[in-house]
Amino acid sequence: MSISQRPRGWMRAGAIVAAGTLGTAAACTAPADEGDPDEPTTITVDVFGNFGYSEAGLYEEFEEMHPDIEIRERGTGMELGDYDERLTQWLAAGSGTGDIIALEEGILTRLKEQPDHFVDLYEHGAGDMEEDFLDWKWEQGHDADGDQLLGLGTDVGGLAMCYRVDLFEKAGLPTDRDEVSELWPTWDDYIDVGERFREAGLDAGFLDAATNTFNAILMQRAGETTGYTYFDEAGEFVVDDNPAVKDAWDTTLGMLDAGLSANLMSFSDQWNSGFRAGTFATIACPAWMLGYIEDQAGDAGEGKWDVATIPGEGGNWGGSFLAVSSQSEHQEEAAELARFLTSPESHLKVFQALGNLPSTVTALAEPELLEHRSEYFNDAPVGEIFGTGAQELDPVYLGADNQPVRDEMENALRAIEEGTLDPGEAWETAVNNAERVGR
Amino acid sequence: MTRVHTPAPQRPDSRGSPPSPAAGKRWTAWRARLDVKYSPYLYIAPFFLLFAAFGLFPLAYTFFVSLHDWHMVGDREYTGFDNYAELLGDDRFWNATYNTLGIFIIATIPQLLAALAIAHVLNRKLRALTFFRMAIVVPSITSVAAIAIVFNQLYARDFGMVNYLIGLIGFEGINWQAHRWSSWFAIATIVDWRWIGYNAVIYLAAMQAIPRQLYEAAAIDGASQWRQFWHITVPMLRPTIIFTVIISTIFGLQLFTEPLLFGSGAEITGGSLRQFQTVTMYMFENAFGLFDYGYASTVAWMLFLLILIGSLINFFVVRRISSAE
Repeated sequence: MSISQRPRGWMRAGAIVAAGTLGTAAACTAPADEGDPDEPTTITVDVFGNFGYSEAGLYEEFEEMHPDIEIRERGTGMELGDYDERLTQWLAAGSGTGDIIALEEGILTRLKEQPDHFVDLYEHGAGDMEEDFLDWKWEQGHDADGDQLLGLGTDVGGLAMCYRVDLFEKAGLPTDRDEVSELWPTWDDYIDVGERFREAGLDAGFLDAATNTFNAILMQRAGETTGYTYFDEAGEFVVDDNPAVKDAWDTTLGMLDAGLSANLMSFSDQWNSGFRAGTFATIACPAWMLGYIEDQAGDAGEGKWDVATIPGEGGNWGGSFLAVSSQSEHQEEAAELARFLTSPESHLKVFQALGNLPSTVTALAEPELLEHRSEYFNDAPVGEIFGTGAQELDPVYLGADNQPVRDEMENALRAIEEGTLDPGEAWETAVNNAERVGR
Repeated sequence: MTRVHTPAPQRPDSRGSPPSPAAGKRWTAWRARLDVKYSPYLYIAPFFLLFAAFGLFPLAYTFFVSLHDWHMVGDREYTGFDNYAELLGDDRFWNATYNTLGIFIIATIPQLLAALAIAHVLNRKLRALTFFRMAIVVPSITSVAAIAIVFNQLYARDFGMVNYLIGLIGFEGINWQAHRWSSWFAIATIVDWRWIGYNAVIYLAAMQAIPRQLYEAAAIDGASQWRQFWHITVPMLRPTIIFTVIISTIFGLQLFTEPLLFGSGAEITGGSLRQFQTVTMYMFENAFGLFDYGYASTVAWMLFLLILIGSLINFFVVRRISSAE
């Protein structure tokens, strides 16, 4: 699972400072091996968000196969930013990481230059898994030189469009997901539908936030054209030269211009409660967003949300990997567990339990996956919606400084929404700000 | 500053012949002298040892880090004062400084004046006096995160109570986070709500130490309540006022949690255009957002200097004002 999002550990940082503690977060060391033969070996798995391994029963299964191993998972529910901050501190300190660490694609890109932090999975027989995976997902798991295998793919973030059935009904729009998908073959059509929605005069935005939509369009456009976003494959800063970025920007501005956004801040409290309260009618949905919506909208939201296809041609946003930390004292066992958790069978189980889209070709081709429906989303055929295009997903390269650059772009978009930045000047402001952190 | 003295050896060299009575006497005297001279240092040593470990060392180490191009994970390289030179030309740093000072001023001045007024009122005979005196301290012992979350709800754009009230009198709601003035104002109210009571209690304690005769004498001379307050209470409170001003400066310039949580806790940039990013937030952004440890340390050191300068200025200003007797 991968939530490519912005919130960082500031809440926690705030609490630390408030308590007057000036120091690094207490280092929780990975459990030491006492060497007692009766004691089971503990393998610690560090994750964020929800990887769904316990829901899919995978830990139990592995423990049954290996009675001498006990698995402990840390971090489910943790936000990516918090996780990233903590992980970075542990890597810098040289101790504290779990045996297996989940790496979101942005984090992996940043750490590619420091492969020493990770065990080379080729040395643990992971090489024969190559043909299971989507080619580009396999490639992404390597270090900068391409010699060392750092991580095995967990999920990919195929794109769809989630919408509120009740709001669509009130606005006099079709509610059936196939008809809805036909409404918006392109983003321009999406804007037209948005205008119809707005004219209905409901107290809700057509879309949640410029930022979230912008990210989805950018990943889609970049996948179709250049294959990279803010940085090209040589690591050069290309925000102002990459047509995909400007294209996504202009499309997003078109939506703001038409007054379609609920002007919420992604991952803020108001955005979160919007899923339940219905303050927006549509949201760009990478596969991992389904679980997020279910969490936020809760039982009351069951059946209110549905899934249609995304305007434009598919696209991929987000996705993660599992790596074995070189701090681990049980590298052999950890590598075995990582291989187990990223096998096509496990991918499929996680998809069925949670909706995270597999990154293995074999799992994606499973009829079981393609036929899977989500009860929560009005029995939507999510397997078909996400699975069909997944084999053809285009990889998008993200640079090491992707996150700070993205923050700057998002901030400029939000300033337009807040009315404090003139849309005409915003592009220049965004590029200049991004350049400062990206170059 | 402070030198940490290591305790002198506890016993003299006792090799050779057993000590003669005279030698024993000398030994006792020597020990007594040693005791008088050095044991006070021993008594205060724990604080200074802790201070050295948790105050001085981090301070020095931060300075060491600030002289490097130092990334949290990865390479480090000695660059001398390059970080400082860069920081002085960094408009984001100055923006953060501007925000910090701005919020500090609009928060602290009303805060101390209100605290003074409240203390003055509580210094009289009132019904349920103890209740009121206790009640004003409650905000200071409430968790700042809880306070910030509640205020965040009050100032929420769509369903916040403040905007609801503004709507009742016929104005349009304000997006409090979006503008510089509105975010500063909102943050200042959070800070004030939390600290007025604390300062009021300190003032109250000092007021009660002022001899009643002064007021009686003034009353006999025909001085009004107001004159008594300005010409007796305020000058007598001078050391206390200086104390509270210095403390407020130190805390105010390190402002972090309130503005951070005001931005939903997810916004280390303090708004989309950094309209309420304080210096501490900028430091955190560099350390844990950009993982630029060296530059963040430089910000930390500049903040330290800023607080030092701010405290000194305030010290001299306040000393002048309230010594006008």
